[in-house]
Amino acid sequence: MQPTVGKSDKREVKNTSVSSIGLIIYRTKLWLSSSKPYLMIAGLLAFVAAWYLFTEYFKLPRFEKLPGPAIVLKEWVSHDPIYGTSIYTPEYYVHIWKSLFRVLQAFVLATVLGVPLGLFMGWKKTFKDYTFPILETLRPIPMLAWVPLAILMWPGRELAIIYLTFLASFFATTLNTLLGVESIDEVYFRAARCLGFKPHHVFFRVVIPGALPFIFTGLQISMGVAWFSLVAGEMLAGEYGLGYLIWNSFILVQYPVIVIAMITLGFIGWTSSAAIRFVGSLLMKWKVREVA
Amino acid sequence: MAEPEGSLKLDNPSGSYRAETAVGPSAGKISIRNVSKTYDPDGANVKAVDNCSLEIGAGEFCVVVGPSGCGKTTLLNAIAGFHSISSGEIYLDDQLLCSKTRKAEPGADRIVVFQNGALFPWYTVLENVICGPVVQGKSSSKDAKAAAAELLGQFGLSEIIHNYPGEISSGMRRRVEIARAMISNPKVLLLDEPFRAMDALTKSVMHKYLLDVFDKTRKTVFFITHDLEEAIFLADKVVVSTTRPARIKKVIEVDLPRPRDFLVLSTERYRELKMEAIDAVHEEALKAFEAGERELA
Repeated sequence: MQPTVGKSDKREVKNTSVSSIGLIIYRTKLWLSSSKPYLMIAGLLAFVAAWYLFTEYFKLPRFEKLPGPAIVLKEWVSHDPIYGTSIYTPEYYVHIWKSLFRVLQAFVLATVLGVPLGLFMGWKKTFKDYTFPILETLRPIPMLAWVPLAILMWPGRELAIIYLTFLASFFATTLNTLLGVESIDEVYFRAARCLGFKPHHVFFRVVIPGALPFIFTGLQISMGVAWFSLVAGEMLAGEYGLGYLIWNSFILVQYPVIVIAMITLGFIGWTSSAAIRFVGSLLMKWKVREVA
Repeated sequence: MAEPEGSLKLDNPSGSYRAETAVGPSAGKISIRNVSKTYDPDGANVKAVDNCSLEIGAGEFCVVVGPSGCGKTTLLNAIAGFHSISSGEIYLDDQLLCSKTRKAEPGADRIVVFQNGALFPWYTVLENVICGPVVQGKSSSKDAKAAAAELLGQFGLSEIIHNYPGEISSGMRRRVEIARAMISNPKVLLLDEPFRAMDALTKSVMHKYLLDVFDKTRKTVFFITHDLEEAIFLADKVVVSTTRPARIKKVIEVDLPRPRDFLVLSTERYRELKMEAIDAVHEEALKAFEAGERELA
């Protein structure tokens, strides 16, 4: 019996690793053979066309002052940009890096503090009773309202900006983690107790994996609000960063640069969300394979 | 390895082995004495179980039938340790399990197989089966894996040990769940309408499967259902419960020989027992139906 089991063991494991790569290829093929990618490209083209027509071709009222796609693109890829920001200028990457680094610090801190806090709140009802009202009162306060206190609290602008970014992420992460624990079906806790789980087993083997899907939804939201608060913070009190770049370009009447920074923000935001989804799918193989 | 050698071998599922070869029951006698349970949501005093007394011998397959929502599950939950009782006592092997003042602690000696299944979706089949012995500290992860792979092999589940519960059929899931319970070697197996949501074909396969497990292990089984045919086919003892509050209306000793297979269903004795049970249940079903009508009116 034993050797047979060992053999089938290996085969199964191999199958699993092959199938997860195969699954990605299969899904990509399926995606390409569907109408989705073409609709996506068509939609994008239609948007850019409308943008071009409104701003540069017809120069409609309300749109005439806005930079059109042709101007923006020309500036963006220029070796010698009129306003000093393009993919060939080091400043562009300094702004991106500053923003990215601030978001990462805030996001990591919010995750490291928010996830355990949320897990604990969901797991221990008494602890939740203490903390939940505070969380619920602080959470709806818009991040911009925190700006004066953030400046009073922290020496220097850098820490104040990171603090604002962190706060937004922290509330989103904590609340979603809490919801995640509360979403776990009672039957799993009962089954665990039947099988002789001690409280720490329940925590590590039921509470954490059971809450993971919500935690990752929370992390995506957290990443989104982190960028939101960051740009707000940088606009008010920055020296570098994409938010600062947008505001500064507005003041200096360098309008194409505003759009360049905005599109860059959109792209980085989308990439960071995709990265979180990717990590989530690695940690939640059962979800990926259930859908397959 | 947690399981004593040979305590669970299902390598002969044809049913041709003799009952004498089965492992004799050693433990798992349940005594339910004058148990009542009153729920008190908003002072409404709903009586779910009323003065139930029942003796279930070690290694006996006891099936409780009754209308849906009659309080059968309350009794099971009290034995499992999920609920308290309002009066009376429940003993397991003459040791007090729960009483009015003492709620039973859930433990691996009484494992529940739930109505809608409770395999952890984040663990593979193998990880689900080993988690009992591992957390109980009975064996290392490596030993438990070997034991579980062997057990799952005997259960005809070797092909799916690395799959997640979400990837396999409901019948397979329920078999894995029974394997997960059996590997901890419990005294009592508590099943709460485990085959309720299954189609008739899957259900009949599951019946045969459960009977094989029972014949080989002779664990005490406390099984809840509202399906009479299922009850008689499986049980040593069918307990007909009244509609809410649950009282014991009738106990039918099922003397059909074991090991059983589907031929039993065509015997005269099976039909007699079924008629006896139908008589008892029908009256209660009518009462439950009328009570339901009144509630809706």
